[in-house]
Amino acid sequence: MEDIYLDYAAATPLHPEVQDAIRPLENVFYGNPGSLHFKGLEAYRAITKARETIATILRCQLSEIVFTSGGTESINLALQGVARQKMSGHIITTAIEHVSVLETCRFLEHNNFEVTYIKPDQRGLVNVQDIRAALRPDTILVSVMYANNEIGTIQPIAEIGAICHKRRILFHTDACQAAGVLDLNVNTLQVDLLTLNGSKIYGPKGIGLLYVRNGVVLQPIFHGGGQERGIRSGTENVAGIVGLAKALEIAQADCASENERLSTLRDYLVKDVIRTIPKTILNGDVKQRLPNNVNITFLDIEGEALILHLNELGIYAATGSACNSKKLKPSHVLTAIGVSGDAVHGSIRFTLGRFTKQQHLDFLLAKLPSIVEKLRQMSPINIKLKDVYV
Amino acid sequence: MSVNSAAEDGLDWFYTDTVKSHFFNPQNIITNDKDEHDFARRASGVGQVGSPQCGDVMKVWIVVRENRIAECKWKTFGCASAIASTSMMSVIVTEKGGMHIDDALMLRPVGILSRLGGLPAIKVHCSVLGDQALRAAIEDYRSKI
Repeated sequence: MEDIYLDYAAATPLHPEVQDAIRPLENVFYGNPGSLHFKGLEAYRAITKARETIATILRCQLSEIVFTSGGTESINLALQGVARQKMSGHIITTAIEHVSVLETCRFLEHNNFEVTYIKPDQRGLVNVQDIRAALRPDTILVSVMYANNEIGTIQPIAEIGAICHKRRILFHTDACQAAGVLDLNVNTLQVDLLTLNGSKIYGPKGIGLLYVRNGVVLQPIFHGGGQERGIRSGTENVAGIVGLAKALEIAQADCASENERLSTLRDYLVKDVIRTIPKTILNGDVKQRLPNNVNITFLDIEGEALILHLNELGIYAATGSACNSKKLKPSHVLTAIGVSGDAVHGSIRFTLGRFTKQQHLDFLLAKLPSIVEKLRQMSPINIKLKDVYV
Repeated sequence: MSVNSAAEDGLDWFYTDTVKSHFFNPQNIITNDKDEHDFARRASGVGQVGSPQCGDVMKVWIVVRENRIAECKWKTFGCASAIASTSMMSVIVTEKGGMHIDDALMLRPVGILSRLGGLPAIKVHCSVLGDQALRAAIEDYRSKI
C-alpha cells in the first residue's frame, strides 16, 4: 500500500517543475548576486526574473519584495521591524495566529508594546467590527492571518485592510496557508505587509518573502551586507528564490480547478466521517475555509493515539491538539474558538493536496471507524456532544 | 528517569518496540460494555485518576485474592504512552501469581518505565499515572474490608 499523505498544511513535496527550475542554480548559476562579474550577474538576473514573476502575482513593484528564510522570519521582520521603528505603541492581532506571530507579540509585550488578541467566533472567523473596536490612537500595527493553519478558516482580510488603511495603521497578513489557493493581490487585500513561504506551496523549504509596501519603514533584524534594500542582509538564497517564484506561478495558474477538486474531496471526507462515526464534530466554518482543510474532533479519545494507529497504516495526518506533535499543550486555536477542555484533546487535522485522490480518502474512511471504536472502548470517559463548546 | 537514548533532546517521539506492542495490543483490557459491567461487579476495588482537560484519565479495577492482585483490568483516555504504560502496569501487578498489595502500593512510574524500555522525555511525567490509579483501587479495596 502506498503512503497516504494528508498533512499538506505542514509541508508539501517539491513540485517536479520547481525541481527542474532550481536544478541549474545549484551547479551552473552558483555566483553571488552581489559580485561584479558574469557569474554574479547570472545569479542576480535569476533573482530579478523571479522577483518579476512574484510581483506580477502580488500586483506590486519589484522593490516591494523582500526575500527571507521563510514564514517565521518574514513574520518576525514585519512585526519586530514595525515595532522597533515606532519604539512603542499598541498592536492588534488574533488569538488564532500561528505561533510565530503570537510568540513575537509576547516578546514585544515584554518590550514596551501592548498587544490585543482578538478572539474569533465559534466558527473560527474574526469579526471585522471587533478589530475596529480594538483600534486605539496609539495602534501601530494590525496583524491577522489570511487563513488558519489548524482549522483552515479564511479571514476577511480586505475588509480589515480597508479599516486600517482609512486609519493609516499598518496592516500585516500571514498568507502562508493561503498562498497556494487564494488571491494574493496586495491592492485588493489592502495590506502593507504580507508573509508567504515556499514550503506550503510545493516550493523549497527555507525560503519566504515579505511584501513591504513602498513607504513602509522597517528596522532590519539582520545587519550586514545590505541586501534586499538593506531590510534583510545576507547572501540571497538564489535557488530558493527561483523555486519560490516557480511554485507560486504554478499554484496561482491552476488554483481555480485545483480548489474545486480539493473542496469536493474535502466535503466528501467531512460528510462521511460525520455520518459514519458518532460523536464527531467539524471544527471551523464549513464554507469559509481552505479547500484542503478538514479538522475533526473525535470525542472520548486522544488525538495522538489515533494518529499513531493511522501512521501504522501509512496514513499521515496531524493533531492540532494535546500532545500537539511534540508539545503537550492543547491547541490554542481550538481553545480560542471555545472547544472545551474535555473535548480539545481529540482533534485531528487532515489536509489534502495536489496528490490526494478519492481512493486515498476511501482507504482512510474504511479504516477510521474501527480505530476510533477500539480507542473509545478503551476510554473511561464519555463526553456529551452538548459539552463540546464552553 | 529512563528515556530512549534517541530521545535525549526530548524531541524524538518514537517509542520503543515494547511501548508500541502494548499500545497496539494492550493487555488486560475491557473488551465491551458487558465485560466492563461484569468485571466491575466482581472487582475488589476500583480507582480513577486524571481529567479529560489534562488529556489523561486512567481507571483501574482489581480483584484481590489472599492479599495478592489476581486480576487487573483498566481503561485509559490518553496518548500512546499513557495507554502502553497502563497496559504494562496491569501486566506487572498480575504476573507471577500476582503482586502482594503492599508491594503494589510501592509501585512507581520508574518501575513501569524501565519495563517499557523508556519513554520520550516529554511524555514521562504526564502519561504514567497508572500507578496512582492502582493505589486508588487498592485504597478502595482496603476501605471495604
